[in-house]
Amino acid sequence: MDRDRSALASASPAPASAGDAARRSGLISLAWLWILPLTFLAVFYLYPLASILRLSFARAEAGALAPLLETITSPLAAKVVGFTFYQATLSTLLTLLVGLPGAYLLARYRFRGKSLLRALTGVPFVMPTLVVAAAFNALLGPRGWVNLALMELLGLSAPPIQFTNTLGAILVAHVFYNTTIVLRLVGDFWAHLDPHLTGAARTLGAGPWRALREVTLPLLSPAIAAASLLVFLFDFTSFGVILILGGPKFATLEVEIYYQTVSLFNLPVAATLALIQLLFTFLLTALYTRLTLRISRPMRLRAASFTERPLVPWRRRFTASLLILLLVVFLLTPLLALAARSFTRFGPAPRGQEVRQGFTLENYSQLSEDPQGSLFYVPPTAAIRNSLAYASLTVLLALGVGLPAAYALARDSGSRLNRLLDPLLMLPLGTSAVTLGLGFIVALDQPPLDLRASPILVPIAHTLVAFPFVVRSLTPALRSIHPRLRQAAATLGANPRQALLFIDLPLVGRALLVAAVFAFTISMGEFGATALIARPEFPTVPLAIYRYLSRPGAINFGQAMALSTILMVITGAGMLGIERFRIAEVGEF
Amino acid sequence: MIRRMLVLLAAAALLLAACQSPAAEQPTETRRLTIMGHDSIEVSEEVIDAFEAEHNAEVSILKAGDTGTALNKAILAKDNPLADVFYGVDNTFLSRALNEGIFEPYASPLLEVIPDTFELDPQRRTLPVDYGDVCLNYDRAYFEVQGLNPPHNLADLLKPEYEGMVVVENPATSSPGLAFLLATIGYFGEDGYLDFWKGMVDNDVLVVNDWETAYYSEFNAHGGTRPIVVSYGSSPPAEVYFAEEPLEEPPTGVISEDGSCFRQIEFVGILKGTPNRDLAEAWIDFMLSPTFQEDMPLNMFVFPVNPQAKLPEVFAEHMVIPESTAQVDPQAIEANREAWIEAWTETVLR
Repeated sequence: MDRDRSALASASPAPASAGDAARRSGLISLAWLWILPLTFLAVFYLYPLASILRLSFARAEAGALAPLLETITSPLAAKVVGFTFYQATLSTLLTLLVGLPGAYLLARYRFRGKSLLRALTGVPFVMPTLVVAAAFNALLGPRGWVNLALMELLGLSAPPIQFTNTLGAILVAHVFYNTTIVLRLVGDFWAHLDPHLTGAARTLGAGPWRALREVTLPLLSPAIAAASLLVFLFDFTSFGVILILGGPKFATLEVEIYYQTVSLFNLPVAATLALIQLLFTFLLTALYTRLTLRISRPMRLRAASFTERPLVPWRRRFTASLLILLLVVFLLTPLLALAARSFTRFGPAPRGQEVRQGFTLENYSQLSEDPQGSLFYVPPTAAIRNSLAYASLTVLLALGVGLPAAYALARDSGSRLNRLLDPLLMLPLGTSAVTLGLGFIVALDQPPLDLRASPILVPIAHTLVAFPFVVRSLTPALRSIHPRLRQAAATLGANPRQALLFIDLPLVGRALLVAAVFAFTISMGEFGATALIARPEFPTVPLAIYRYLSRPGAINFGQAMALSTILMVITGAGMLGIERFRIAEVGEF
Repeated sequence: MIRRMLVLLAAAALLLAACQSPAAEQPTETRRLTIMGHDSIEVSEEVIDAFEAEHNAEVSILKAGDTGTALNKAILAKDNPLADVFYGVDNTFLSRALNEGIFEPYASPLLEVIPDTFELDPQRRTLPVDYGDVCLNYDRAYFEVQGLNPPHNLADLLKPEYEGMVVVENPATSSPGLAFLLATIGYFGEDGYLDFWKGMVDNDVLVVNDWETAYYSEFNAHGGTRPIVVSYGSSPPAEVYFAEEPLEEPPTGVISEDGSCFRQIEFVGILKGTPNRDLAEAWIDFMLSPTFQEDMPLNMFVFPVNPQAKLPEVFAEHMVIPESTAQVDPQAIEANREAWIEAWTETVLR
C-alpha cells in the first residue's frame, strides 16, 4: 500500500508540459498501481474461474465446441438472453427515474434528518431477497395490508392486486434495491458541483430546465453513467429477485446457469451460459469506458456545505417534502411492514379459533433461546459479530485493492492498458455466484492457497463484489481533480506525499466513504456466495435468517422477521456511523 | 486516520486468528474428522461431544449449499476431497453420486437392524440415515370453516371443489417440488402424469419457485390464500413444536393416501481417498446408532431409519407416516430428470 502510494505520488507533480521522460515515469507508476489489484483478481477471480470453465468443457463428451455451439444457437438461450436484457434495461431506467430527483434533493438542500434519510435509503440494499419478498408479501401479498384494505374499501371478495409471479414485482424489487446506488453515486458527485455554473447559465438567460439539460446533466454524466452501469449489471445478473418474486415463468441467464449447474449438473452448458454473461458484461463495461472518456472533464469541485442551500421558499419546501415522502414511502414501507410483522402474532391459531393478530415480543425473546442445544445455533449477538467482522475485513480489503486501481484508472484513462483493464475490473459483477463458488473448490485446493474451507474466503468473495463498486465510486471523483491543483501545491513547495494527503485525499474523502459504505453494505447483506462458502460455526446474519426461514412453524417465520429487523437497524446504524466518521476525520474542504 | 486504520487492521487480524486458532491448541493425538453436507444439517452439541470424547476426535462439519450444490462440490473435489464423509445425498441425486464414483463401500454392522427398503445401493457405498415424505399439507381450519372435506389423494385434486386451492413448487428449482413431481409420476405412471398436470392447470394450480414462498406467502395457514401446499409429512408436528402459542393438535393435515407422497431417503458415505477410514467408519456407525438417530427429528425434521430409535413425543403424537409412498427408481430419476422437468415445464408453465 505505502509503496504504491509513493510510486503514484512520484508521478503526480510532473508538469503537463514535461516531455517523454515524465510520460514514461507515468507509465511506470501506472504499472506499479496495478500490481496489487491485478494480483488479487488473478488469484481469487481469474484463476478459479478459468479452472472451473476448463473443467466444465472437459466434461463435454463431444468436445468443448459442441455444447458451446449448440447452446449459443438454441432458441432457449436467445429467449433467456433477451429477457435478461429486457428486464435489466427497464429496471435501470425506472431506478434512474426514482433515484435522480432524490439525488438532487440530497445534493442541493439542507434539511433536518438528511443524514438519517441518506442512511435509511441504503438499508434495502442489504436485505436478503427472501426477506424482501416476505416484506413485499406483508404489504402486497394476497393477505397483505394493501389488499386487505382495498377489499374492505371496495367490497371485493378476492384480493385485487396480484404481486408475486409478475414482471412488475421484479421491477419494483430491483428499483427498491438499487435506488441507493443512484442516490449515493450521483448525489455525492452533484453535491460537489459548483452551483455558480448553473447560476452563470441562468444569468445568461437560460431557464431552469435548460440549465439542467445543458449544464448540470452533462457535468453529472460521468456519475450517472457509473451508477447506471452498476445498476444495470446488478439487474442483469439478478438471481434471487427473479427466482422468488418473478416466479417460474421468468428466467435470467443467472437463473438458467443455476438450474443447469445444480439441478442437471450439465456443466458444459452452464459454462457456456456463464461465458455469454461474462461477454456481455465485458462489452457493456467497454462501452461505458469509451463513453466516460468522452464525457468526463476536470472541474472545480466545491464543498458540499458550500453548495447546500436551505429549503426556501415554501413552494420549494413543499415540492421537496413531497419528493421525500414519495421516496420514504417507496423505500421504507416494505421495511416498516417487515418490522411491524416481527412484532405481530400471525400464525395458525388453536382449533376453532380465528387467526388472532396481536402484539408480541416473543419473536425477539426466542432468538436467544435454543431448545435443541444445536451445534449450529448462534445467538443473534454472535451472528451480528460475525457479520460485522466480515464486513470490516471486506471494507479494508476492497479499499486496499480498489483505491490503487481507481487511481490508476483516473490518472491516465486514455492509455491502452487502462482501456483494457477497466472492463476487466467489472467482470466479477457479471459472474454467476454458483460458477465461481465451484471454481474456488476446484482451484484453491493446494497449499498455500488451500482456502476451500477457510473463513477468510467469505470476505474475499465479498470483496470481489464490492471492489467494482469501490472503483466506480472513486474514479469519477479522482478524475475530476484538476491537475492544476496538484501543480499549484507543488509550486508552493508541497512534496508529492503532501500533495496526496492535502489535495487528493480531502477532495475524494467523500467518495472514499461512499465506497466504504458500499463495501460494508454489500458484505452485510450478501447471501448467495456466503451460503456456498461460510463455515457453519461463523454464520452471518443473513445465513441465520435463512436458517429460521427454511423450517415450518409460526415462530420460525417470526424469528426470521425479528432477525431481519435487527439486521436493518444494525446496517442503518453502521451507515450513520460511517457518515459521522466522515465529518470527524476527513471533513469537508 | 492512518492510526485508526491500523487499529482496525490489527483488530481484524486478531479476529481472524481467533477464528482459526482452536485447531492449533489441541493435543497431537486428537484426530480431525470432516463431514461435508447440505446446509440443512443440524445436530445437538451434546451428541457431537459424545462422539468426540469416545474417539478422541474433533468433528468439523462443512455445509456446502443445497443438496445439489453440495454434491456437485464433492464430485468436483474428488481428486482432493474436502472431507472424509459426505452426508445428505438423497434418492433423487443418488445415481449422480454413484456414477461419479465418489464413495468407498462400507458394510456397517448396523445395517442389519435397518429395514432393507431403505437400502438402495447393494454395494453399500451409500448407507441410509433418515427419511422424510414430501406430501401435500392442508389447512385444517379452512376446510372446517368451509364445511368441505379435504382431498384424500392426488386424483382428488382434479375435482372442481378444489379449484384454485393448490400451490406447488417448481421442480426445476426446488427439492420438494421435484419430489412432488416424482410423486405424480409414481402415482399416475409415466404415461399419465402429464394429463394429471394438465388437469391441475385447468384447476388453477399456482406454481412458485421455492418452498419458503409457497409455505409462508401463499399457504392459507400462514400469509396466503391457498389452503393446500406441497410440504413435508413432518410439517404438522413442526407446526406444533414451533407454535406461537401452545397447540393441542397440528393446525395442518397431510394428504397421504394411496401413495400420494414421495419418500426422500438421505444417505451417508465415506469419500474415496480419506486418510481417516477407521474414524469415518466409526462416525457412520454412530450416525446409524440410536443416539444420533433420536437426535435428528427435532433438529432436521426427518425420521430415523433405525427402528430402535425412539421418536420425540411431539412426533409420536402428531406425525403421519403414509402406508405406501410413490415409487420411482433412482436410476430412472437421474436418466429422466431433465426430460421430465422439461415436459412438466412445457405442460404447466407455457
